[in-house]
Amino acid sequence: MGQQISRRLFLKGGLATAAGLAASSIPGAAAAAGPDEGKQLATLLDIRKCIGCEACVEACSEVNSKKYPDPQKPFPKMYPNRVPVEDWSEKKDVNDRLTPYNWLIIQHAEVEIGGQETELTIPRRCMHCVNPPCVKLCPWGAAKQLENGISRIDSDICLGGSKCRKVCPWHIPQRQTGTGLYLDLMPSMAGNGVMYKCDRCYSRIADGESPACIEACPEDVQTIGPRDEIIKKAHALAAEINGYIYGENENGGTNTIYVSPVPFEDLNKAIEKGKGKPHLKPVENTMAQANNLAMAMFVAPLAGIAAAVGKFYKGTK
Amino acid sequence: MNHGQSNTGAISLPGRWFYLLTVFFLALSGFGQMPIFKRYYIADIPGLGWLAEFFITHYIHYLAALLFLAFSAYMIVDYLLSKRRSRQMTATGYVRGALLCGILASGVFLVIRNLTGPNFSPAFIIFLDLCHLGLVMAFLFVSLYCLVFKKQWTTVR
Repeated sequence: MGQQISRRLFLKGGLATAAGLAASSIPGAAAAAGPDEGKQLATLLDIRKCIGCEACVEACSEVNSKKYPDPQKPFPKMYPNRVPVEDWSEKKDVNDRLTPYNWLIIQHAEVEIGGQETELTIPRRCMHCVNPPCVKLCPWGAAKQLENGISRIDSDICLGGSKCRKVCPWHIPQRQTGTGLYLDLMPSMAGNGVMYKCDRCYSRIADGESPACIEACPEDVQTIGPRDEIIKKAHALAAEINGYIYGENENGGTNTIYVSPVPFEDLNKAIEKGKGKPHLKPVENTMAQANNLAMAMFVAPLAGIAAAVGKFYKGTK
Repeated sequence: MNHGQSNTGAISLPGRWFYLLTVFFLALSGFGQMPIFKRYYIADIPGLGWLAEFFITHYIHYLAALLFLAFSAYMIVDYLLSKRRSRQMTATGYVRGALLCGILASGVFLVIRNLTGPNFSPAFIIFLDLCHLGLVMAFLFVSLYCLVFKKQWTTVR
């Protein structure tokens, strides 16, 4: 009930509310400034240490279960027929892939280290990109990036269009049909539920605690800290073990940095990939092309002004 | 208003087509930011598959916006320097101009939003998104009205 009231209030408030909030929250100088990566928190994952015990998976589920969807059934009939129903509510225990009820998985890779067959296990979840396309391209701001670099999806206002999953290089967010704001709008014609993914326990971090997966890990696989410090640690560790780094430059930089004793190309070949099972391939900066054009956009009016002034002076001669 | 004479000298034919085409592609790629073209089979039409590719529509939106910004700046300065002596803005011209100013302003903020880093608060971003979409809808309706009733941006003084 409380959730429904908040949705109605959200809709009633509309532009006026948003404008009011906005007026008090525009970080003036920050608008034109570049990223403050010192403020963004990153995690370092030392793959060698992970034993695949899944304590992190269980802790994630325990801490975040209150955020999991509770869909209303039967689902509203959606048009056209091609709109897929994605229902994980009867498969909440699935933990070998990402689902709305499972935001962290362990991937297994059989690789050769020093001539010996070894199994490496890799915790996988949202990478929390420095410039996350899921957040930036969300059509109406349901996905948010916090000052500390966490990207999270607001389940109260997400409409479940799954654009975030499509633009995410790792296709991390997962959809649950039959829940969320779209039910109060035009459930047959637009929207399809809510998208879910790791929010790196943003409320725990706000309270000064560690994310559940980090706290529960018996092997201290993960370390969290300011991004610049984590990058330094990752390079030091990689140099020490003659290892490899993933996540520092992928998609223009992420806040999840893996260090592995074997090349990520090998790990990517060895892990099971597919829906809800993210790859470990190199990733180009998906936002870069348009953002490069953005720079030209600020010069474009000058070109127009110059052309008009040129025409004027030509006419006066 | 003398609409019979209002076309002469207001904007050249290539300029008119440039304006219409950039607005068309801005609107098309803009609506493509919402996941609707695939759902409603538009992207299934041969040649329109790109409408379901968000990075492509995003890039085309920026490209069209760049051209539109240059065009708008040209038209404004040209009006102030030359055209103002013989022509004046109509009421519908002012309405469309005001709506475009709002669209451009919110668009510029959204472009800044897309640069690296959490540049604005989430509430402000929602406001920008709703504002941009709402103003575009209003602009398209007003433009349709002007098209049907042959209302020009400027008229002869």
